[in-house]
Amino acid sequence: MSAVATKTLLEVRGLEVEYGRVRAVDGVDLDIASGEILGLAGESGCGKSTVANAIMQILRPPAHIVGGSIRFEGEDLTGKSNEELRRFRWRNVSMVFQSAMNALNPVMRVGDQFVDMMQAHERISKHRAIVRAGELLELVGMDKQRVRSYPHELSGGMRQRVIIAMALALSPELIILDEPTTALDVVVQREILQEVEALKHDFGFAVLFITHDLSLLLEFADRIAIMYAGEIVETGPAATLAESPLHPYTQGLLQSFPPLTGPRVKLNGIAGAPPDLREPPAGCRFHPRCPYCAPENAALYLRQTTERPRLREITAGHFVACHLVDA
Amino acid sequence: MSVLEVRDLSKSFAIGGALRRQHVHAVEDVSFSLRPGTITALVGESGSGKSTVARLIARLYDPSSGAVLFGEEDVARVRRRKDVLRYRSQVQLIFQDPFGSLNPVKTVRHHIARPLRIHDIVPSSQVEQRVHELLETVGLVPAQEVADKYPHELSGGQRQRVAIARALAVEPKVVLADEPTSMLDVSIRIGILNLMLKLKDERDIAFLYVTHDIASARYIADDILVMYAGQIVERGPVEQVLADPLHPYTRLLLAAVHGERIADRGSGASAAVDPVEGCRFVSRCPLAIPVCSEVTPELVEARPQQAARCHVTAPAT
Repeated sequence: MSAVATKTLLEVRGLEVEYGRVRAVDGVDLDIASGEILGLAGESGCGKSTVANAIMQILRPPAHIVGGSIRFEGEDLTGKSNEELRRFRWRNVSMVFQSAMNALNPVMRVGDQFVDMMQAHERISKHRAIVRAGELLELVGMDKQRVRSYPHELSGGMRQRVIIAMALALSPELIILDEPTTALDVVVQREILQEVEALKHDFGFAVLFITHDLSLLLEFADRIAIMYAGEIVETGPAATLAESPLHPYTQGLLQSFPPLTGPRVKLNGIAGAPPDLREPPAGCRFHPRCPYCAPENAALYLRQTTERPRLREITAGHFVACHLVDA
Repeated sequence: MSVLEVRDLSKSFAIGGALRRQHVHAVEDVSFSLRPGTITALVGESGSGKSTVARLIARLYDPSSGAVLFGEEDVARVRRRKDVLRYRSQVQLIFQDPFGSLNPVKTVRHHIARPLRIHDIVPSSQVEQRVHELLETVGLVPAQEVADKYPHELSGGQRQRVAIARALAVEPKVVLADEPTSMLDVSIRIGILNLMLKLKDERDIAFLYVTHDIASARYIADDILVMYAGQIVERGPVEQVLADPLHPYTRLLLAAVHGERIADRGSGASAAVDPVEGCRFVSRCPLAIPVCSEVTPELVEARPQQAARCHVTAPAT
C-alpha cells in the first residue's frame, strides 16, 4: 500500500467514447491520486484499453470522445492541441502497451531509441542521453551495456523492461500499464511487477494498471475499478473488493480464479458471455448473466431490466452500481 | 492401468542456415502415461516444449526418437492412412484458438457431423440426432438452434465448446487439450474446465491438459507434469507436488504465482539449443552444486509417486 493519497492527479468525468455507432465507454468516472496504483479490471472488449487510450489522447478513428472530460492536474486534455499533447505525453503521462514487446524498432539499437525519445522532448546531447538510458536500464534490473543491443537480442521480458525504462525516462507523474505482463511467463511477470512497485516507491509516480487478471490487482493495486460492457460497475480499495465485493460481476470474477491453496472447491465462474456493445442489454448491462436477476422477483426484475443502475457510495470509497444494493 | 504411454520421447528441430545449423531440443526424454478417467496436467512456460508433446502424441509431428504406445502399438511409427485414421479416432486434440480451428463458412452442424461420417460412428440416419446429443453434452442448448449457427455467431467460449463436441464425436479414449482456455475471457474459463471435469467422469476419458496456468491445473488435474526446457523436471499427484514441490523450478513457479518475493537469477525458460550435459536449470538454481553443471539429472522418484530431475532434492541412489 502506498502512502496516504494527497492530491488528485487525474480526474475523468462522464467519459464517453464511440467507435462509429458503438459506444465502447459509456459514462466512466475515474480518479487517480498522485502516487497511487489504481487497477482497472475487466474482460476483453469491456472498454478498459479504450479508457487508457482516451487519457493518452491516442484514440484512432473511428474511435472518438463524444462526451465527458479528462482533467490532468486540473487541465482538461480533451481541448488540447496536438503540440500540447505531444509535450504532455511521456513527460506527464507515459504508457506501456499490451504489445509493448513489439513496440521497439527492430532495426535500431535500444540506446538510440532512448535518444530519439528524449531529444523529442528536451535538449540533450546524444552522449548524455545514452548514459541516461544506461542508468534507466539498470533501474529496471538490466545491464547498462544493453543500450548497444538490438531488440531481437533481448527476451520478451527484457524488451518489456526496456519499455518500462523508457516510460520512466522523463519522470512522468502517471504511468499507464495496459496488460503489461500478459504475454510473459509467470516468473518474469512477477519480477517485472516487483520492479514497478519498487520504482514507484522510489519515484512516487502514480500507476493506472489495466488487466483482465483481477487476482494480480488484488495484490498490487491500492484501489480497483471493475469495468463491464463500457461502464464501471464497482470501485473501492483493493482489500475491500477482495473481502466484500458487492457487485455480482465482481463476485463472479473473483470466483473465476481457482485458488492454489486451501480445499479444492468447485467454482462457477459467470454464465453466458459479455454482451455485444452494438446492442447492449437494456437496464443493468449485466442482468442477462446475473444470478440474482429473476422474473419471480417482479419489482426488482423490472428495475434490473429497464433502469440503468448508477454508482453509489456504500462505505467510504466503495462505490457500486447495482439495484440489489439499492433494494 | 494406462491407455496411452509416452516413452523417452524426443523431438529436435533444426534452426539456422546450412553453415550455422543448430538444433533446438524441444522435447527430450519425456515419459509418462495417461489413465482413463484422469486428467494429467502438463505445465510449463512458453518454449518449454509442452505443446510439442501434445502435438507429437497427436501425430502432427514425427518424433526424433522414442515411442508413443497406444495399446500394444507404437503409434509414432504408424504410417498407413487407415491406421492413422483409426488412431485419430481414439486420440483427439483440442487447440488453443477456437477462432482459428473452426471453418468460418460451415455451420456448427457440419463441424460435428463430419467426424461422425468420416469415422463411421453412427449410421447416416442418426447423424443429426447424435449432433444434438453432443451439443447438449457440452452445454450448447437449444441444440437445434446452435447447430444452424456459423462460428462468427458464437462467442469464444461457445466456439471452444463446439471444438470439444467435435472431439467427442468420435468417442475418443484420449483428449489432448492444448491451452483450451487461454484465449477465452476469464469469466468463462471455469465453464470449460468444469466441462472437462464432467467429461472425465462421465466418459472415462484420459485428458492431457496442457497449460501455463498452475492454478487451473490444480483445479482440474489429478496428476501434474512440470516441464522446463524440453524435459519433465517433476511429476506426481497434483496436490502432493504443489503442496511440497521437489524441484527448484517448481518451487520458483509456485512462489511466483503465490505472490511471494522472488529473486530469480535468470530471465525465463528458453528452449534448449544444442544443450550440453548438465541440468538445464542450473544457471537459475539457488541450490546448484558442482555436479549439476556436469551431469544431466535423471527423473528420480524421491517420494512415493513423486519424482524430480534434481541432484540435490531427488538424488539418484
